[in-house]
Amino acid sequence: MPEQFIWGMEVFANGLMAGVLYALVALGFVLIYKASGIFNFSQGVMALFAALTLVGIMEGQVPFSHLINAVFGTEIHHFGWHVPALAAILLTMVVMVLLAWLVNYFIFRHLVNQEPIILFMATIGLAYFLEGFGDIMWGADIKKLDVGLPQGINGTIDEVTYNLFGYGFFIDNLDLWATFIAILLVVGLVLFAQYSKHGRAMRAVADDHQAALSVGISLNFIWVMVWSLAGFVALVAGIMWGTKSGVQFSLSLIALKALPVLMLGGFTSIPGAIVGGLLIGVGEKLFEFAIGGMIGGATENWFAYVLALIFLVFRPQGLFGEKIIERV
Amino acid sequence: MFYREAGDFKTSYQEDSQTFPIKFDRYRYYAVLIAAFAVVPFLINDYWVNAVFLPFLIYSIAAIGLNILVGYCGQVSLGTGGFMAVGAYACYKLMTGFPEVSILIHVILAGGITAAVCVLFGLPSLRIKGFYLAVATLAAQFFLVWLFNRVSWFYNYSASGQITAPETQVLGHAVTGPETAPWAAYLFCLVFTVACALLARNLTRGMAGRKWMAIRDMDIAAEIIGVNPLKAKLSAFAISGFFVGISGALFFAVYLGAVEVGEAFGINKSFLVLFMVIIGGLGSIFGSFAGAAFLVLLPVLLKNVLVGGLGWPTDLAAHLEFIIVGGLIIVFLIAEPHGLAQLWRVAKEKLRLWPFPH
Repeated sequence: MPEQFIWGMEVFANGLMAGVLYALVALGFVLIYKASGIFNFSQGVMALFAALTLVGIMEGQVPFSHLINAVFGTEIHHFGWHVPALAAILLTMVVMVLLAWLVNYFIFRHLVNQEPIILFMATIGLAYFLEGFGDIMWGADIKKLDVGLPQGINGTIDEVTYNLFGYGFFIDNLDLWATFIAILLVVGLVLFAQYSKHGRAMRAVADDHQAALSVGISLNFIWVMVWSLAGFVALVAGIMWGTKSGVQFSLSLIALKALPVLMLGGFTSIPGAIVGGLLIGVGEKLFEFAIGGMIGGATENWFAYVLALIFLVFRPQGLFGEKIIERV
Repeated sequence: MFYREAGDFKTSYQEDSQTFPIKFDRYRYYAVLIAAFAVVPFLINDYWVNAVFLPFLIYSIAAIGLNILVGYCGQVSLGTGGFMAVGAYACYKLMTGFPEVSILIHVILAGGITAAVCVLFGLPSLRIKGFYLAVATLAAQFFLVWLFNRVSWFYNYSASGQITAPETQVLGHAVTGPETAPWAAYLFCLVFTVACALLARNLTRGMAGRKWMAIRDMDIAAEIIGVNPLKAKLSAFAISGFFVGISGALFFAVYLGAVEVGEAFGINKSFLVLFMVIIGGLGSIFGSFAGAAFLVLLPVLLKNVLVGGLGWPTDLAAHLEFIIVGGLIIVFLIAEPHGLAQLWRVAKEKLRLWPFPH
């Protein structure tokens, strides 16, 4: 059945692109986990918050207008100006850095030396807080985000595949761009971690907090930097997913999509996040295509988790994770 | 002065090993029980039962269940919502399949079925730990909700995909269905809550509880001193699942009456119960009650103050609730990682000396 096979190939290609986007979110988790041992559940909400802020700045919304209107009985909504996309992205980045600093100053500075699970729960609390805060600041309605990325079917691929197989693949321009940007981002991050001074300091902190302190690396600075980097990754992910399906609450659920990617790839490995993302993206799309229809559809919600779960039973530290050694 | 342990002499083993060995605690416990069984049912109306008492009692059971798993055995679970759904759907299938059997038995059986499912999803805990396990339990959450959504056998092929509790009676009074009197629903849940709390309290201070705590504190060390990790972990999953299943069954049959699985038992429910356990205090039965009461009362209070008192729109109040709950979790983790239960312990310390601190 060559027709089925060709469709399968299209699904495969789309799965790869979805996988890249998952990997992008997973990357934010890995960065923070490696540098501070915090498993940051709020990564998805950070993406939502970044996208909300970006839209708000571009549209010239008045922050907290909803709250101000409710308290003072006024009717303000917009400043009445529009900020160009690039400037708005830069401004949003400033907001994310500020957020990184606040998070460290008010939360994680006080939780040094706590058990990892306590830190994890603190990030769940942070996720809830940010979710409510973002909604109050910018309003909870679904917003359209358009920073000028091309959208719609890619004509060239459609044509080439039509000539090759007699069937044109549907591949979205946006997905292609997302893949391209994600690859750039990953290469950039790896280069930063390997060759820059701060990247080296970051790896030192990841290796051993106390040793890093003793050679004069400022933990606070590194943590703020890592959270800012994660904020940057969240911003990129927020732009991609926000352009694709609108800026709305469901954006924060991409964090839940990234978790099985992490489990599969290992919490501590950047290549793991990428390979895991691709595996999950392709796996869930192919599974839905091949078997999903027979058992009721919408298997994408859980397939990734079950795949990761089965995988973990055989290799508890994930594909590329560090070997877990336990001592009494 | 008001809280005293002195002068309370035990003369037999029974007295020494009773559930509440301190006289003050015991009397307080009897007083609460008398108030709950004999006073509250005469005072409450429909609003109070549905807004405060039923959710409090039902979430308390769920919080006790999760506390056994997370607080006593140290296995973090984010699948509570899914397991509550198992309890609800098991109860529904039993109620519609065997309508002549009492609902009391259905609810307990639903707990048993949930325990079995919980053990199944707990099996990976023998291999994977910490975050990996927490994320793995999410598999249960998503898979179970999907299952109940897609397989129509579970909702008896109803067109809406909802499950609706048929009317059942206990001792001649309706406890589920539209004819239920508020006090009947309240008493029905109260019986289960008290029974579960007593069971949990006695399990956690006995051998099973000590084994769980050993596993929580360090599983390898526990294994070396002779605790079987397989039995300890899986028994914690089973007991926890039993309680969570009962609460899910009650949540569906008595509290809501009709349930759509994605809405009622989504991932937010898992987090809500986890928050109850954290705010209340990990590893404390009293903490489970305190946490449940806190998170049930907080939205009611906020809604009454913000919407009723200040006239703000409801969506704004809902967002503020998110901020406050999230903020409180963080504040609690920083200021008092052991939760409300620890505050109560501190208060008891103070009361022991008050008002003569020297």
